Amino acid sequence: MAVIFALDALTGAVFLLTTLGVVANRQVLASLQLFIAQSLLLTFSAILLGIATHSLHLFAVAAITVATKTVLIPWVLRHTVSSEVYRTREIDRVLNIPSSLLIAAALVVFAYAVANPMLSAVHTPFAKINLPLGIAAMLLGIFTVVVRREAVPQLLGLLALENGVFFAGVAIVPDLPVIAELAAAVDVPVVALVVGMLTRRIHVRLGTTSVGRLVALRED
Amino acid sequence: MATRILYNLLQVLFIIAVAPLVEGVATKLKENLQSKRGPSIFQPYRDLWKLFHKDEIVSDYTSWIFRAAPYVAFAAPIFVALLIPVLTRYPLFFAFMGDMLGGGFILALGGFFATLAAVDTGNPYGPMGASRTRMVGFLAEPVFIVVFLTVSFVAGSTIPYIVQLRWVTPIANFFEPSHILLMSAFLMLILAEDGRIPVDSPSGAFELAMIERSKSLEYSGRGAALMKWAGAMKFLVLICIFLNVLVTPWGLAAGTQPIEVLVAIPLVLLKILGFVLILVYIESSLAKLRLFRITEFLGAAFVISVVAMITRLSEI
Repeated sequence: MAVIFALDALTGAVFLLTTLGVVANRQVLASLQLFIAQSLLLTFSAILLGIATHSLHLFAVAAITVATKTVLIPWVLRHTVSSEVYRTREIDRVLNIPSSLLIAAALVVFAYAVANPMLSAVHTPFAKINLPLGIAAMLLGIFTVVVRREAVPQLLGLLALENGVFFAGVAIVPDLPVIAELAAAVDVPVVALVVGMLTRRIHVRLGTTSVGRLVALRED
Repeated sequence: MATRILYNLLQVLFIIAVAPLVEGVATKLKENLQSKRGPSIFQPYRDLWKLFHKDEIVSDYTSWIFRAAPYVAFAAPIFVALLIPVLTRYPLFFAFMGDMLGGGFILALGGFFATLAAVDTGNPYGPMGASRTRMVGFLAEPVFIVVFLTVSFVAGSTIPYIVQLRWVTPIANFFEPSHILLMSAFLMLILAEDGRIPVDSPSGAFELAMIERSKSLEYSGRGAALMKWAGAMKFLVLICIFLNVLVTPWGLAAGTQPIEVLVAIPLVLLKILGFVLILVYIESSLAKLRLFRITEFLGAAFVISVVAMITRLSEI
């Protein structure tokens, strides 16, 4: 048990690192790869918790996560959005990288501060690790959407947020009904597909996916 | 008592003797990875030998600082080697003199003198490199402080010999998130401090792009040899702190028998080889960052170390 706890803590640490990477790196493709890594870590955490709590549901979560987030969503995103987008670097951001990283650190502190009072209400030992890190990943995902100006990284921020919710969820509610997981499994790829198609249309029409520039409404 | 002094001196000798070899191995492996043959791993020794036998030319416009700097820079890593665990798990005779912060200060002193010496010359590249080194230094400083703070908070001590035991007893401590995060932050620090890619290119010959190396451009003969050797030793000392205190405190001599200490030498060398392999991989797979991107690199290191501290403070 102690070993599983330690491994889960380690997974959580690397999970947070990948999330920070999604916030801070410049390359679009690297963001996608970091998101895949983050999903794999979520899977790993779910498996560890499944072993520890003897919960079959968590193995279902792990299987669904692998199938959708490391295979399906990257495939959808790679095929809907043209490969030109993945080669680009994001030059202009709302904030530069050092200050966005500092804000990210503050968000992590905030997540721990928020999670602490909640922990007294949850009685699973793993919540101590997963709940604050999941909330942190959630906040960082929102922050990514705010701070980045390319469409695909913004979507990845949204998906990182979703991963964060799951990361906290697997620890708080080990026996989540499978229907909820299945709903998420269907929902999220559809979101990815819709945003991917939209991005593709924008890219075809405007030659850019920099959402930050799309500020004026034009009628014609 | 006498054996402890002896081992302590052995430790210093190890650092002095092995430092050029580590650099040679790193260069060779890096060239091999790029499908080139590369110089022999003993090339740094030959370079040092050659430089020691050359005449030394000192500009008329320099002061005593320029002449003293190589000796200070050379002495600094030696003093640090007295304090840190290089071969043994228990504190040796001189280890009472300072903790990890003391070691950091001594290393910084060597760097400070090298910077002053670079400004002392009339060479325009010297002051440029010096100011850049200071810039990297200013950015690295908060990371250093947070890392040390967290490490000392975890172990309840700033003595490296106590810290290294804390990470492996029990072994579950090794997988603590704060430990892993600290390791990655410190690795980024080593890359920045030693002027490795992605912060600086150690083998670059273009003065305008240099950060660390341009400080010793004006040196020739013995001064150049000492600066080169001092750089290699500083790198090795940083590796030893990283490996023996933070990452893998195994393979060190536990007893006071001479044979145990001698066995520790190849084991430590093996660990260093492993680290050099990782370093070479990092250096070969990344590109050098532009000067003003270094803030991003060290900003990331800072955030990682802060997150390590937070996870530690919230007791998970």
